[in-house]
Amino acid sequence: MELQTFNTLWLIPLFPLLGAAYAGLLGKRIHRRYGELAVSLPTVIMPWISFAVAVSAVVTLAQAGPEVALYNRLWTWIGVDWMQADMAFLVDRLSAVMILVVTFVGSLIHVYSLGYMKGDPGYWRFFAYLNLFMFSMLVLVLGDNFLLMFVGWEGVGLCSYLLISYYYRERDKAAAGMKAFIVNRVGDFGFTLGVFLLFWGLAAANSPSYNPSIQATTAAPVVKRASAKPDPAKLAEHVAFQASWGLAGAPCRSHQALGRASTLGGHAQGHHVEGHATTSLAFRHVERLLEDPVKREGLLSQNVLGLSLVTLVGLLLFLGATGKSAQIPLYVWLPDAMAGPTPVSALIHAATMVTAGVYMLSRLHFLMALTPVAMTVVATVGALTAFFAATIGLFQYDIKKVLAYSTVSQLGFMFVAVGSGAFWVAIFHLMTHAFFKACLFLGSGSVIMGCHHEQDMRLMGGLRKLMPVTAITYFISSAAIAGFPLFSGFFSKDEILWKAFDTGNVILPGGGFVLWLLAAVAALMTSFYMFRSYYMTFSGEYRGGHAHEAHGHDEAHGAHGHLPRESPKTMTIVLGILAALALAGGYVGLPHLWHLPNLFEHWLAPVFEGSAHTLKWAGYGHGLEWGLMITSILIAFAGFFAARWLYRDHRNPTPQKILDSDRRLVRGVHRWVFNKYYVDELYQKTVIQPTLVLSRALSIFDTGFIDAIVNLVGLIGRLFSMLQGWIDRTFIDGLVNLVGDTVMNAGRALRRVQTGRLQAYVYSLVAGSLLMVVAAWLMAA
Amino acid sequence: MNYQTNSYLLTWMIFTPAIGIGVILAALGLRARLNLAQRQIDQIARGVGFAATLMVGALSLVLWSRYDSGSSALQFVHHFVWMRSWNIEYFVGIDGLSVALVILTALTFIIAMIASVPWWGKIEDGHHPHFSKRRVSGYIILFLLLEMGVLGTFCAQDFFLFYVFWEVMLLPMYFLIGVWGAPPRVDEQGRVRGGPYAAIKFFLYTLAGSVLMLLAMIAVYYTSGPSTLVDGTKALHTFSIPALTQMAQAGLFAHAAPILGVDFVKIIFVALFLGFAVKVPMFPFHTWLPDAHVDAPTPISVILAGILLKTGGYGILRFDVQIFGGALAWAAGAIGALGVISILYGAFVCMAQKDLKKLIAYSSVSHMGFVLLGIAALTPQGMTGAMFQMISHGVVSAMLFLLVGVIYDRAHTRDIEGFGGLAAQMPEYTGLTGLAFMASLGLPGLAGFVGEILVFLGAFGAADTAFRGYVAVAALSVIVTAGYYLWTMHRMFLGELNKKWEGLWDMNWRERLALYPLAVLTIVLGFYPAPVFALVDTSLHSLLAALPRLVGG
Repeated sequence: MELQTFNTLWLIPLFPLLGAAYAGLLGKRIHRRYGELAVSLPTVIMPWISFAVAVSAVVTLAQAGPEVALYNRLWTWIGVDWMQADMAFLVDRLSAVMILVVTFVGSLIHVYSLGYMKGDPGYWRFFAYLNLFMFSMLVLVLGDNFLLMFVGWEGVGLCSYLLISYYYRERDKAAAGMKAFIVNRVGDFGFTLGVFLLFWGLAAANSPSYNPSIQATTAAPVVKRASAKPDPAKLAEHVAFQASWGLAGAPCRSHQALGRASTLGGHAQGHHVEGHATTSLAFRHVERLLEDPVKREGLLSQNVLGLSLVTLVGLLLFLGATGKSAQIPLYVWLPDAMAGPTPVSALIHAATMVTAGVYMLSRLHFLMALTPVAMTVVATVGALTAFFAATIGLFQYDIKKVLAYSTVSQLGFMFVAVGSGAFWVAIFHLMTHAFFKACLFLGSGSVIMGCHHEQDMRLMGGLRKLMPVTAITYFISSAAIAGFPLFSGFFSKDEILWKAFDTGNVILPGGGFVLWLLAAVAALMTSFYMFRSYYMTFSGEYRGGHAHEAHGHDEAHGAHGHLPRESPKTMTIVLGILAALALAGGYVGLPHLWHLPNLFEHWLAPVFEGSAHTLKWAGYGHGLEWGLMITSILIAFAGFFAARWLYRDHRNPTPQKILDSDRRLVRGVHRWVFNKYYVDELYQKTVIQPTLVLSRALSIFDTGFIDAIVNLVGLIGRLFSMLQGWIDRTFIDGLVNLVGDTVMNAGRALRRVQTGRLQAYVYSLVAGSLLMVVAAWLMAA
Repeated sequence: MNYQTNSYLLTWMIFTPAIGIGVILAALGLRARLNLAQRQIDQIARGVGFAATLMVGALSLVLWSRYDSGSSALQFVHHFVWMRSWNIEYFVGIDGLSVALVILTALTFIIAMIASVPWWGKIEDGHHPHFSKRRVSGYIILFLLLEMGVLGTFCAQDFFLFYVFWEVMLLPMYFLIGVWGAPPRVDEQGRVRGGPYAAIKFFLYTLAGSVLMLLAMIAVYYTSGPSTLVDGTKALHTFSIPALTQMAQAGLFAHAAPILGVDFVKIIFVALFLGFAVKVPMFPFHTWLPDAHVDAPTPISVILAGILLKTGGYGILRFDVQIFGGALAWAAGAIGALGVISILYGAFVCMAQKDLKKLIAYSSVSHMGFVLLGIAALTPQGMTGAMFQMISHGVVSAMLFLLVGVIYDRAHTRDIEGFGGLAAQMPEYTGLTGLAFMASLGLPGLAGFVGEILVFLGAFGAADTAFRGYVAVAALSVIVTAGYYLWTMHRMFLGELNKKWEGLWDMNWRERLALYPLAVLTIVLGFYPAPVFALVDTSLHSLLAALPRLVGG
């Protein structure tokens, strides 16, 4: 990969950041003084400027040739010794697709929000968050290394939290935001551990003195440290180990060299600078390192806890992806995230943020391709998620919930593509999905606004006449997601199904067939529930008035006040543009079966070139491919006609009959699926409650045991000193007093001797003298 | 190497607060003669407090600008013989281990000083006057004495001098918590708690630690070899830290006679470590911290969390690693494990807290655990991460305690459950709290992340692969920490506004003045931590590089 400096890349995330700062810091005051537009217009313009810069970057990139990437280094962010992560942005052909999608769809949704959020008291807040989100998302896709990507990764999580909890006065909605953030943190746990493991695995593989002993210590049990003497050998070994990685000594030289090398870009990568092995956290450095067969072997041969290190890295990173991209087991937050305003659902929870996991794994294709086990897990989890989310989608009544589960399901399709090794297809579906799902969400937003914030499809109906633009765009997008031929979703989804069938990169019994089967059934259900939602919402008669009549509100508002009306132009134009893309966006990736150029695959090919030779395909013939394509067309139509038969004009009694069925099996299955398989309840019981119990137990332990010991020691100290005091008073001081008393008493007794009578003195003198004489005589004898 | 005096800057920094104390005492003494009213005395005291802390701040900027980050030798040395009979010297100087902490100290004391002045608005709770209005001159005198003690601790290069400053730190803290802290109260279990209890607990606990340090110091002194005092006279033993380090590197302590059958290096290492671990605080020696924090006035909590805890981490680096690193191969695993326990245990206990201030206090236990883990990893990333974690925790925890003070001054309660929906009533406060919470839970792009990720990365690469397991376990705290902060956010700020708090008002300028600099620093350090790295890296590298020599061949 050749780096070409493009010094305006940093402007792409900068503009939304400025917008966020403007609206966040000044917005409230400006809103009060100058009105809504003074807040929203600048923040709406910012993403468009980013889009313009992004377009100029992509044009430059397209002209520069397939092997070039645009690079813009700002400063060294975290550089300690030989480890370095820069504030640096990089646009290769993959991130080019991402920034175009993000800035374009994002900008459109900003425009849409002008109409949708009109009159909201937190207007400034909404646009500040939305701009901050754009900033984070762009950092995520532009970041040239793991850590900078992680800044965007967490940043979008934060914005998602803020926007889901946007209507924070309602506790449930606020709780949904919290749930999203915490569930994502579980994913982050995996992501960070994956990065650490990869990083040190690479450092070991990259070490000039790489030898298998490192690998041997990896699985070694905890070293006993009970030896009585200091263990110089151990520390010396430790330090030598570090020195061999360039850890100790010559501290700054190597990392500066690395910095220089990466600024110069190109081929002088600093992996062997001045004899020191250096490891950078930049994606391109990792990729380059793994191109070296010796180092790849060095990485592949390492084991952790009996698992191959690469596999573990892949699985941990995928855990991160399941958090952000709402896959089993961490998908539970996304349906709840619908508590946020609808443009947010469209932008963050459909078009951009939730695809971050797909982007991340595609970005690391060179790594994933090395580990069939992880690939298998990714593909299988993706297929299962696609399947199960689709089953839940079948029974939802909340229009946004239908779309939410459909998003989970579609993301599952993308992971099927990733796991199958068809990275470009995953990105292709990511793009078309961004178009049609954004359009669907915005359409649902338009409907919800029209229906006075009603989200239950049972209280809609007949909106086709009242909201024609919304209805048409919703239909087109539904057709796209269902995979009607020649709609964008057809091309991407069909390609996924084909690649899943054809893949040789998974180790499943029956190869890709299982994946294909799960995905195909999911596609059938997708078509069904999307058209179900279309017909429930747009066909038949409007059923929304009844609820209000029942509440006796009708007199106050007048009969016509409740009839939904088409949304304002800012919203319908956006719907139109997105519907057009949902219709035509797939033509960039035409199947080669048709002998037409596949521009999209061609565009991304250089990015995924590195893993191309590692990936294996079953290589089924064209006949089978045609067969599968026709099958998927049939599937799409089957779902459509079933939904049309059951839900059109709301006349068919069958759905109600099924719901009212007395059969225990039917009721049981329905309740089970309707309640989303009770996964939330399961997590509540198995994770959240034990955590809270543990925290309470530890807290009690802290005050009741550890602190109690401290207080006990204090008490013992006090009791001991009291005892000492008593001993002191009774014995020690008693002894002192005894001495004093004795002297006093003696003195008192002797006082009697001092009488003042002369005879007594003379007698004493004589007696004393005699005594002395006798004594002297006795001594002499 | 024998360091000769080349600058008086540090001495000026350390004793500028002492000059302030002198001025206040003079004002008190001349009070009758000058006919000063109580209010005037208070104003003079506060003015002097500001002048002194700002002066120290200015000097610290000079220090920063003149500090040569390419050298790991001591800089700004002031060195003369103090007590000749015991070979004790006045010896101050800084290197990469201390320079960043000295600058942080100067900053934190300015912030704490801002938080120590009373302000307009309702701050009385009816029973007890606000701490900032009680015995002001005494408060400021002790406050400045504390600053002197802390600065001296970080700058001292003579073990004895270090010990003196270490104890100087202790005394003012005792009074500041005991006298200006919360009044005594009876808690739900019928135990007497409050400022006096917390103060004496803090005092005795730390003192118990420093007794061990004292014994170790005496043992080290009598084990040390002959050296030369700064004026050229020969001495049989020495307290000089650079000299002791040299002797350690020559294998003197590694080969010293065992004490009670245990290796000299090990027993000294442990004695010193325990003394410092109490200060850090490390599980299981942490229980003084929540009590001290809960009952300390806001600015004292700020200093306690922002600076005082760091003296523990600093002590470990300066003594346990720099001089007695020979025992590290033996002790690193245990220290790392205790760090991990502190991290996770603190995080879980946080989740169960109902008192906001107690929650923040326990979060300090959790976040200071990273320092231990980073040091024990013995990798450059781990060391730098530990150092950075100390700085970032200093900034972020100062912010958190100020924020607790803001709400307590208004509501006179810190019961998390008792709030609700404050976001509508106090949007600016909510935003700042959100920022501080995010920084504390390690959101990338904010200060907390850099230290955490470096510690994790560094520990993961430790030669002892058990550390990989440690990291995997400690990384769980990433989830738990997000849990307790967001849950707190949820309970305090979101939902319908509790009617009781409709009278609360948003931030005032004094609070903004204290908080915004920290908020900006939180973001700047998150995106551009390089200045801190520049200050600390060289010294930490030579510290690590010298480790093998400490083992003594």
